[in-house]
Amino acid sequence: MADLYVGRDDEFEDRGRKVIVHGDLEIGVFFVDGNFYAYENKCVHQGGPVCQGRILNRVVEMIADDKTSTGLAWSDEDVHIVCPWHGYEFNLKTGVHPGYKNARLRPFDVKVKDGEVYVVT
Amino acid sequence: MDSGLEQARDLPQEITTETDTRDILARETKYQIEKGFRDWTIVDVDAHHSEMSSWREVVEYLDDPILKHYGQEFQSRTGGAPGLSNAMPGLRYQDVGGRVPHQTQIGEAVEDKTNHRDVTLIRRSMDAMGLDHQILFPGNLLQLGTHPQPRVEAHLALAYNRWVCERILPVDDRVKTLLYLPISEPDMCLKIIREFGDNPNVSGFMITAVRYKPVHHNQFIPIYRELEERGLPLAFHAGLTWGDDWMKQLDLFISMHAISFVLCNIVHMTNWIIHGMQERFPKLDVIWIESGLAWLAFLMQRLDSEYLMRPSEAPLLKKLPSEYMADMYYTCQPIETSNMALTEETFKAVKAETQLLYASDWPHWDFNPPSTIYDLPFLDEQAKRNILGENAVRLFGIDTPKK
Repeated sequence: MADLYVGRDDEFEDRGRKVIVHGDLEIGVFFVDGNFYAYENKCVHQGGPVCQGRILNRVVEMIADDKTSTGLAWSDEDVHIVCPWHGYEFNLKTGVHPGYKNARLRPFDVKVKDGEVYVVT
Repeated sequence: MDSGLEQARDLPQEITTETDTRDILARETKYQIEKGFRDWTIVDVDAHHSEMSSWREVVEYLDDPILKHYGQEFQSRTGGAPGLSNAMPGLRYQDVGGRVPHQTQIGEAVEDKTNHRDVTLIRRSMDAMGLDHQILFPGNLLQLGTHPQPRVEAHLALAYNRWVCERILPVDDRVKTLLYLPISEPDMCLKIIREFGDNPNVSGFMITAVRYKPVHHNQFIPIYRELEERGLPLAFHAGLTWGDDWMKQLDLFISMHAISFVLCNIVHMTNWIIHGMQERFPKLDVIWIESGLAWLAFLMQRLDSEYLMRPSEAPLLKKLPSEYMADMYYTCQPIETSNMALTEETFKAVKAETQLLYASDWPHWDFNPPSTIYDLPFLDEQAKRNILGENAVRLFGIDTPKK
């Protein structure tokens, strides 16, 4: 177990990120809705640099009470990271694909101490 | 192979359309070193460049003065596809709304002006993915098979072929192509085969599969005969279309793409098999490109079942359709792996160890890096080596020094 220094917490804006390299390990650290999340920069699909992808809200389809579709919208709650290689999407707070629970990013704990952010490996 | 490109690079925080190809693919480079297969012979049998980015150059290669005039005039028009091509607006969906930047645009800086920009981009992708050779295809031009003007298709094919053979391929002998055949105009196809058949950078010829022509028709027989006599492979390169009546019912790109890329090759393969083309041209090597692999097990069983009940309708056949299919070649991309047991059975059915060819389809959104094959749990090392490179070396007669 080692604490990897990431940076100061005030460097992170909401939805900000920092991808760090430690030896062979690459880790993406994200700041979303007041909390830090960290994942290995390796997509479960084909090993792509998932943490270097776009951050977009989840797309949802709105279904009315009569089961008809009323169109698409951005989710108010779910924020996704999108792997830039092929488009696999993962919830930034859980690391899980929206439609396949077995597809999940390798998470790391994040510690904040005296304004300094660390990833626990 | 040292191409003179610098290696050390910082890790970008976000990959965009401006990111260097080597940074986008850095994880594959790293992975090959970690796993120990970076020194294997790897041949990529399907990659693309964006000929539309060089469209002003390509139209200058048109030998018909009137078509050239239109091509030049169309350059200044706003909106839509570049003049004379029939590139489909629906292709814009490929990057999933900008989520896959390398599909959107390869907009990175290229300082070297001594070669065509595409050459540098190709070299960067090859170096990053550890490729020894790459078979290069155009992009939007693969839509030409549905062009409403067969004569325009034919002349654009000739112009593109001349341009790519003169401007792109001679710079690096690692890069080859299977040249476009506009089979709507068989005479033009023969002209193209005879003009380029002996070009050392031309490894064979290609029919773009999105077209509504029965590939066994007598008018195309001289094309196949010419290729067989010259010992040149023929590829069917799949593609997409939203113009097909069946595809018009699929109102999302995901649905149309999933079916369209397979349907065209299912139709052509069925005609090719049932009309006995493998019996008529037993020495013609045929390659089926970019339909993935899952369709093959389905079609093998389907055609076998029907043939056994109706042999009188396919009198040229001397063995099962699936046996003819297993004699041909297939590229792996985009490989389907969500059910690995089905993937393994498909590999057995098509005799993948000798018939399957690695293909990246770079820089498209559903590309497969070489590690996709290396990671398959059911292949031994020799099978992986064959699929990643040795099968293509044998098929195309590529001169690749042992590493």
